[in-house]
Amino acid sequence: MDKTINITLKVWRQRGPKEKGAFETYKLDGISTESSFLEMLDILNETLINKGQEPVVFDHDCREGICGMCSLYINGHPHGPDEDITTCQLHMRKFKDGETITIEPWRSAGFPVIRDLMVDRTAFDQIIQAGGYTSINAGGAQDANAIPIPKEDADEAMDSASCIGCGACVAACKNGSAMLFLSAKVSQLALLPQGRVEAAKRAKSMVAKMDELGFGNCTNTGACEVECPKNVSISNIARLNREFLKAKFRD
Amino acid sequence: MSWLINSSIGRKFIMALSGLTLVLFLLFHMSMNLVSIISIDAYEQICEFLGTNWYAVAGTVALAGLFLIHICYAIVLTLRNRKARGNDQYASSNLSDVPWSSKNMFVLGLAILVFLLVHLYDFWFKMMFAELFHMHDIVVLPEQVGNHMLVVFANPIKVALYLIGIVAIWFHLSHGIWSMCQSSGLNGRTWLPRLKCVANIVSTIVCIGFAIVPLYFFAKSLLCTSCM
Repeated sequence: MDKTINITLKVWRQRGPKEKGAFETYKLDGISTESSFLEMLDILNETLINKGQEPVVFDHDCREGICGMCSLYINGHPHGPDEDITTCQLHMRKFKDGETITIEPWRSAGFPVIRDLMVDRTAFDQIIQAGGYTSINAGGAQDANAIPIPKEDADEAMDSASCIGCGACVAACKNGSAMLFLSAKVSQLALLPQGRVEAAKRAKSMVAKMDELGFGNCTNTGACEVECPKNVSISNIARLNREFLKAKFRD
Repeated sequence: MSWLINSSIGRKFIMALSGLTLVLFLLFHMSMNLVSIISIDAYEQICEFLGTNWYAVAGTVALAGLFLIHICYAIVLTLRNRKARGNDQYASSNLSDVPWSSKNMFVLGLAILVFLLVHLYDFWFKMMFAELFHMHDIVVLPEQVGNHMLVVFANPIKVALYLIGIVAIWFHLSHGIWSMCQSSGLNGRTWLPRLKCVANIVSTIVCIGFAIVPLYFFAKSLLCTSCM
């Protein structure tokens, strides 16, 4: 059954990184509750273009919750009010008729706004480049049993690897800290024998890069874990702290 | 060892270590206080022992140093974190479901600092400081401590102030105790919920232990006004 709702949008508009932004209010009528949140924004942009106005700029790519491109801080939650999903998986049935929806970009010193709702997240790429990989030549594929890995470790590494690098943790954190992202990227390798070889170097150089890029200090608030669309646990942050302190004390 | 100052995890490690020693001090202070309920004579002996001896003075200086480190790092961390948040604030307030204390550690710390200053004036200033600097008009000698406590805690406003301070300590510890294990990397998937539970138990024990003493002396002052 197709139900429709009328909504009011408060959208952050900002023409460029250096310019001052402000909220614009738009009214949208007859939005199907079956449509996704980004489809609703597509409808908004279509009406804006038809009126000869500038469309709202926002990030998106796969629209199935795996690429980590979509962002948006919706009504006080990164990725909106629903749990464990990205913005592109959010549906309009989560909103009530007549509701006002506030849409903001990720706000953090590490993620400057490029335009409207789009932010620059290359800081995450720089952190990965600082050590979020193994530099060992893997050679040809060997027998799966050649390196035995306990099931628990493999599972936990897989859970850490589910991080899509969207930046919701930074957006949710009152300290603008990137520790959940960083800890997931360190953990997915630190838990496996192939990643252990460079574990100390990796932890040190990735943390150094994170600090250099102006992200905040973790105070264990746990908002990152609550808002993470992939449910990455803050026990990863403890592991990162452990890896980093171990590496530093060994020096 | 410059990484202890320059890296975010190093700074958090210092916070955790200084916090741990302060928790140990609180546990000691609480046990010492409880003696005053069991036997005032024994308590006055402890006060004598921790009075103006060189080791007690050295301990006090070291403790003040720990407090200073904890407070200075708290200020530095808070300022850096505000900067990392960026200039534009969110219009819609953050609705993430997290414990209240974890977001207000600095404010709670300030409340505890105010309480600490009141408490230092009530006891430490009149006992150790006044004796060291020979301020004879206000000095409280170890053998007068029992009476001094009755006088201080006969004031219901003082007792209320102390209880507020103790509640602030409860909130601060309930986040701080598991948080220091997290910052020093001791936590894991299994121990994270356990340590949160331990943090609640320890902070509750500490706060009940502390709250009993002013309440006991307030009740005592009501019951026997002749002792005043």
